[in-house]
Amino acid sequence: MALRKSNESHRWKAAVLTAVAAAVLLSGCGPQYMVLDPAGPVGREELHLIILTAVLTGIVIVPVIILLAYIVLRYRDKPGNTAPYRPQWSESKVLEYVWWGIPIAIIAIISVFTAKTTFALTKPPAESKQVTPLTIQVTSLDWKWLFQYPGQGIATVNYAKIPTGVPIQFELTADAPMNSFWVPQLGGQEYTMPGMAMRLWLEADKAGTYYGHGANFTGKGFAHMDFHVIATSDANFNSWVQQIKSSSPSLTMVGYDKLKQPGETGNLSYSSFPPNLFNSTIWAEGGRYMPNMMSQTGSPMTGMSTAAKTTTSAKMSTKSKSTSK
Amino acid sequence: MSTIDLTHAHPTVASSDRPLEYRDHNQSVKILGFWLFLATDMLLFGCLFATYLVLRTHTDGGPTPQQLFDVPGFALETLFLLTSSFTGGLSTLAMRNGNKKWLMIWLGVTIAFGLAFIGFEIKEFVADVAIGATMQRSAFLSAFFTLVGTHGSHVSIGLIWMFLTLLQVAKRGITPVTARKVFVVNLYWHFLDVVWVFIFTIVYLSGRVM
Amino acid sequence: MSFHEFATKYLMWNEGPMIWGSDALILLTSIGIVVALTYFHKWKWLWTEWLTTVDHKKIGIMYLIAALLMLFRGGVDAELLRTQLAVPNNHFLTAEHYDQIFTTHGTIMILFMAMPFIFALFNIVVPLQIGARDVAFPYLNAISFWLFFFGAMLFNLSFVFGGSPDAGWTSYPPLTELGFDLGPGENYYLLAIQISGIGSIATGINFLATIFKMRAPGMKLMRMPLFTWSVLAACVVIIFAFPALAIALALLLLDRVVGTHFFTMLHGGDPMMFVNLFWIWGHPEVYIVVLPAFGVFSEVVATFSRKRIFGYTSMVTSLLLISVISYFVWAHHFFTMGAGADVNTFFAIASMLVGIPTGVKVFNWLFTMYQGRIRLTLPMYWTLAFIPTFAIGGATGIMLAAAPADYQYHNSYFLIAHFHQMLIGGVVFGMLAGMYYWWPKMFGFKLDERIGHWAFWTFNIGFYVCFMPQYALGFMGMQRRMYTYPATMGWNTLNLISTIGAYIMGIGFLFIVIQVLYSIKYGERDLTGDPWDGRTLEWALPSPAPHYNFAVIPTIESRDAWWELKEQGRQEELRPAAGDIAPIHMPKNSAKPFLMGLSFFVTGFGFVFTVIPIAILGLAGVAALMVARALEYNDEYYIPAEEVRETEAALGRL
Ligand code: HEA
Ligand code: HEA
Ligand code: CUA
Ligand SMILES: [Cu+2]
Repeated sequence: MALRKSNESHRWKAAVLTAVAAAVLLSGCGPQYMVLDPAGPVGREELHLIILTAVLTGIVIVPVIILLAYIVLRYRDKPGNTAPYRPQWSESKVLEYVWWGIPIAIIAIISVFTAKTTFALTKPPAESKQVTPLTIQVTSLDWKWLFQYPGQGIATVNYAKIPTGVPIQFELTADAPMNSFWVPQLGGQEYTMPGMAMRLWLEADKAGTYYGHGANFTGKGFAHMDFHVIATSDANFNSWVQQIKSSSPSLTMVGYDKLKQPGETGNLSYSSFPPNLFNSTIWAEGGRYMPNMMSQTGSPMTGMSTAAKTTTSAKMSTKSKSTSK
Repeated sequence: MSTIDLTHAHPTVASSDRPLEYRDHNQSVKILGFWLFLATDMLLFGCLFATYLVLRTHTDGGPTPQQLFDVPGFALETLFLLTSSFTGGLSTLAMRNGNKKWLMIWLGVTIAFGLAFIGFEIKEFVADVAIGATMQRSAFLSAFFTLVGTHGSHVSIGLIWMFLTLLQVAKRGITPVTARKVFVVNLYWHFLDVVWVFIFTIVYLSGRVM
Repeated sequence: MSFHEFATKYLMWNEGPMIWGSDALILLTSIGIVVALTYFHKWKWLWTEWLTTVDHKKIGIMYLIAALLMLFRGGVDAELLRTQLAVPNNHFLTAEHYDQIFTTHGTIMILFMAMPFIFALFNIVVPLQIGARDVAFPYLNAISFWLFFFGAMLFNLSFVFGGSPDAGWTSYPPLTELGFDLGPGENYYLLAIQISGIGSIATGINFLATIFKMRAPGMKLMRMPLFTWSVLAACVVIIFAFPALAIALALLLLDRVVGTHFFTMLHGGDPMMFVNLFWIWGHPEVYIVVLPAFGVFSEVVATFSRKRIFGYTSMVTSLLLISVISYFVWAHHFFTMGAGADVNTFFAIASMLVGIPTGVKVFNWLFTMYQGRIRLTLPMYWTLAFIPTFAIGGATGIMLAAAPADYQYHNSYFLIAHFHQMLIGGVVFGMLAGMYYWWPKMFGFKLDERIGHWAFWTFNIGFYVCFMPQYALGFMGMQRRMYTYPATMGWNTLNLISTIGAYIMGIGFLFIVIQVLYSIKYGERDLTGDPWDGRTLEWALPSPAPHYNFAVIPTIESRDAWWELKEQGRQEELRPAAGDIAPIHMPKNSAKPFLMGLSFFVTGFGFVFTVIPIAILGLAGVAALMVARALEYNDEYYIPAEEVRETEAALGRL
């Protein structure tokens, strides 16, 4: 966790930033302000919206506070105050139009940008729409994260390697109480829910190790549900896949059932996993809770074999690529 | 006068163009309160309907609506309840006309139909459980039994309540207070009827069709 | 079961000093109360004056006391949470204890602190403001109180008997299903909230009927004081929102007790259905508690600026708009559950829309002060502190409502900071302002200003020190509900600062306690009934008001009725003339509401431990009381005119 080393200067900086919360929003912060220091297009797009909303709300909030201070100072009930006093004055159409109008205008602007970004983020990042995406299937367990690479046939626990510059399609589910998958420097989170599949697009354009954590409470071991996403060059990524394939044990069904048991583990790697594990996790016990949601997230939820599934997700990626053009 | 009159701000003198149960301010406050209660009860059922609609396909390989719902059974239940609502209306009418005897008769008839409804519903539930369609079997069945059962328990409470009202009418005759009680219990009864119409269409009919 | 087993399983004696301490404290306090009541011969007084009362003013006071006690309990929880988070890798609390404490903290603060606090003010103020002798249904009002009270008792019992709930105040399944959570704690949560929730629905109905039907002649809707309007708005939201909570809780309880599959991971259950139902209530709930606070601020600002409220019509419109829109925003609590871009966009925009009417209110408050004469009394202090706090919290609310940005804030400390800013800056400040404002009306004396200033400043400074760093922590990736965190994240300093802030707030609370105790003895007595030079009807009455409130129901001619009469020198018109006084019809006290609460408590307790005979016993009690009530015809009495005349004369009003 080299990234997160806290040295004195960072602490000092943190203390100062605290004093003025607003400054925090706008300053280019050190790496410890993960949300403000994105390492990929998704996180950056979200940061833009964060700054935009902070500034636009600030435009009203700051004057309100200043006005409050002014009014209280000027109209205090103290002897000798010469400020005008008009106890019956209680209507002004003009003024009321102004302050129905200002918030409406600001909300309208924010709404437009919000809508745009919301729709944009359901697709792979526009920057790299030429690149074939990589699919990683994420299952949250009590209290660990399982990553399966359907295209590569390998699996890991509590860490995932990704190539830089490639859109990553995370497919998310849970085989335990619902959690949420969050890698702040790459971008926003998405829930993992039993019996459902969600999709989240993320991408890293800088190499590095990125902190991730479950964002929805799942009981006793929740506080320790962190993981890391390691972004490296394509070449490094491929050789890592080869290395896992050749040197790691395989994940068996028995092994998975053991992994599922509540408890915490360190990082693990597997050279293979039971075919169709991800889908059967979703379909276990009747699944199919929200068919329309699944088609929306584009998850290949048809209960087919891993091989068939992989091709489908490849197809899906091309499809979403073409729609984003 | 045997009611709480907190304000005296409003004339409690009878303005005889209004129905008996509204003439006294306190009774009309109570009727308003009851309408508000019905609104909350309606929302309660609304949430149960929403839950049922979300879960009705979640049969987990167990019995489906088509297999479960028995047309003559729920048709008969519907008939009983609709008729009871009608006879309940007749009791209100008799009350307005100051006819204590017919008021009591119609209340009695309403109770009888209500009992028949409950009897058939219990019979239906017992038959379902006998073929393994219990509320523990699947999410669909959990939602089905809860929605229909909640309606059934409302009806049962309504029956007890109507019986108590009948006793009071018998003892005290038609006064502003008993008039309001008759009116309110009938309001409740019609409300349960409306809910049943929704159950009939959303659960039973569309369950047979889809 | 041997005593040893019993003590381990239910009394949790192996859990260490915290439990022993609480056990001892509860035992000692109970013994103390019993001894004191016996020694001073107060049992009968307690029973006839309080436990069986149906007087809205006394019920209000009981709500107030309960709310302050729960603020203390929830506050101690908060101090424990913050102490655990003060330093990384802390072992002050275990994960299990921490989980229980944030759950009880959130639940208690919202349902057993904020709710009774607003109900306290509903009860104390509304009938007096609209010129009524009581609420529409005094008996039901007492039932509401006792359901709340016994619900709260049941919830608090979990701490020392069987174990507290530990899945958050949101209690999402499947974490709260039997497969993951065996303990009785979750059952306590479900039943305690259900019981008090029934009471809340009844309160909503009761006050709506009161406001619609019990106003004094001439008090048209558009002449009503804004606090009463805010109560109306809040009650509408209560009526629409609480049924959803009742269903969410009931279905989860069925899953746990009967074995159904609404929200389980098994047999087709859908946990997300619970999430929806919960927030269909949960979001409107936060407006339920903040709307009455808006009402308080409107009264306080006008009174202490000696000016009419600015833009009365806008104020009413915005209240109603907020209560309507608040019903269409619930999904902003789970933007990240994959609802699709169209749905997220809809709920994002709807959420932001709430900012518009809220902003209008803020500006109207500002311009009520503008060209007024501002008196800096305690209620005004809290109101002035509210405005910037709420504006900042509202701005971060808008930021959260921008759905894609929320993907980065959800469940982080940024969210924690947002909602404390709203709940403390809005609700707690508002309720404290209301408490200071109407305190003389309740008790006949003012709360001491000097100690009040100490409380104000420590609580406010503490608030900012505690919660501003949490916004930054959110940007640093810190999650809520983590019982501890590693030292390497760079979160240490800010957490320590936040904890210090929480301690300062604790001191602020202690000042309030001291202030109340001191003022009981030394506080300035209110002999006029109008200590603030008020504007609305309640200030035309003596403090405290006689239990029939108005000897003669006044006729209202304008908004700010009392102020206008004072301006025209006509305040004598609101004094009763001896000849006008007629016998007054009042409801009798009744033991049944108390017994009703008790029966629900027994029922709840039976279900918590799934000891069905106990539950049935409780339900039988409920049924018996309902039948008894249905057949009751003799529940009111007359106060003879002579007695009213004597009372009024003794108050110097005849
Ligand atoms: C009293 C309580 C209260 C109030 C009033 C609010 C008010 C608002 N809240 Fe908040 N909120 C909570 C209590 C409250 N909230 C709680 C408890 C939670 C979390 C629960 C949990 O998860 O445990 C939460 C969570 C929450 C979320 C979910 C985030 C998440 O889980 O990821 C969101 C998202 O949209 C949100 C938005 C808003 C908005 C837009 C408002 C708006 O109503 C704010 C409007 C006010 C203003 C905007 C300020 C005044 C206006 C002006 C001065 C002028 C005009 C300004 C502009 C045009 C910008 N809130
Ligand atoms: C109205 C509602 C309300 C109020 C007033 C508060 C008040 C406070 N809250 Fe709370 N809070 C919630 C509602 C509220 N909170 C909710 C809904 C949650 C979410 C729960 C969940 O996740 O499920 C939450 C969660 C929450 C968390 C996050 C926990 C986590 O996710 O891990 C934290 C952490 O800092 C916190 C802190 C505080 C503090 C310091 C106060 C202070 O204002 C408290 C001030 C103190 C007092 C009023 C009393 C002081 C006590 C004494 C004087 C006695 C001294 C004794 C000792 C020091 C032992 N709250
Ligand atoms: Cu979660 Cu659908
Ligand atoms: Cu909300």
